[in-house]
Amino acid sequence: MTALTQAEVSDEIAALADSYAADGVVETQPRLDYAPYRSSLLRHPTKAPVQADPEELEVWAPVFGERDVDPLEADLTIQHAGEPIGERMVVTGRVLDGDGRPVRRQLVEVWQANAGGRYVHQRDQHPAPLDPNFTGMGRCLTDADGWYRFTTIKPGPYPWRNHRNAWRPAHIHFSLFGTEFTQRLITQMYFPGDPLFGLDPIYQSILDPAARERLVATYDHDLTVPEWSTGYRWDIVLTGTHRTPLEDEVES
Amino acid sequence: MIPTPGQTVGPFFGYALPFDDDNRLVPLGAPGAVRLGGRVLDGDGDPVPDAVLELWQTDPEGRVVQQPGSLLREGYGFTGWGRTSTDREGRWSFTTVRPGSSFFAITVLARGLLHRLFTRAYLPDAADDAFLLALPADRRSTLLTTEGEGGYVFDVRLQGDGETVFLTFPRG
Repeated sequence: MTALTQAEVSDEIAALADSYAADGVVETQPRLDYAPYRSSLLRHPTKAPVQADPEELEVWAPVFGERDVDPLEADLTIQHAGEPIGERMVVTGRVLDGDGRPVRRQLVEVWQANAGGRYVHQRDQHPAPLDPNFTGMGRCLTDADGWYRFTTIKPGPYPWRNHRNAWRPAHIHFSLFGTEFTQRLITQMYFPGDPLFGLDPIYQSILDPAARERLVATYDHDLTVPEWSTGYRWDIVLTGTHRTPLEDEVES
Repeated sequence: MIPTPGQTVGPFFGYALPFDDDNRLVPLGAPGAVRLGGRVLDGDGDPVPDAVLELWQTDPEGRVVQQPGSLLREGYGFTGWGRTSTDREGRWSFTTVRPGSSFFAITVLARGLLHRLFTRAYLPDAADDAFLLALPADRRSTLLTTEGEGGYVFDVRLQGDGETVFLTFPRG
């Protein structure tokens, strides 16, 4: 089978965007059935999800403690003998629930490519160099106000064979837990102004432009560290909770 | 507030999400240890070799556990949470205990899957559960585990014949 060109995939993306705009119904999550992302073709459910009233188990989430996560795991630039190559930066923000309450002392996991766009993963065959000083995986617990903070380097874009000459915009994968099982979220954070946004089926699978923007961090000069690193701010909002929050969970 | 959109877990989580003993909620051979496992299959019935499943369950008495230590896995205590990845044949398994409540709560992530999916794997003797009975009869069995392979078997079919029932909750 001949690989599709970017122009053909871009046409598919544009047709779906036009049809979304014409429908006028706002969708805030990606479509699971999004043909321009070829790997989704056989992996999206065809039946609508069934609404369930959460049972007791599902209105609680796993708990991670200070002993589960070493504070040093939040700095992806100190995991090896030397400094990684790339633009050093701080990425920080708050994890909030759907009612704006901070998600406190909960696990945040990140993983990313190195500055050359290469992952430390056997299946990544992109012939960009591995960086012996960069693994690209970090963890932290949010603080009492829901803040997370990582020090890392800016990941590069990389080719991914969805179609001929397909390139992913630079991104950091984020894994988040809330206070309920129902709030689990895995997503990707992007960087402002990436020229690859319009070409990328994964980003464009979120058809609503305002919803897509929620995945883009903001450059924040107040977060830079003088003579050391740039800084980006990205807040994450999980779905709302079903359980009535305990008094000590309510923001005072 | 409007929730942040999800995105696929992608193909390259393998050096980041797995951790030592991630799929062992109790050590192998612990008293009462059972296996919960199965396969993840796509719309052609082919294995999905790059999926992640997370398990969240009550303890044997049916209590929701709020104990840290899932990432440490010190070999004692029970946190109720685990994570595993599928192998080349789409197979996955957890070593755990039989929960006191009627189902295991499961999150499914995979390359090609643009947002996480939630489902429930009910114990074989929970067939008269009210939620199951409210489902169309031909879809109920997709949420029921069967006995076998030293515990409970549960296949996740992302699409097509026998497509697993996936869940949404009132608040999204």
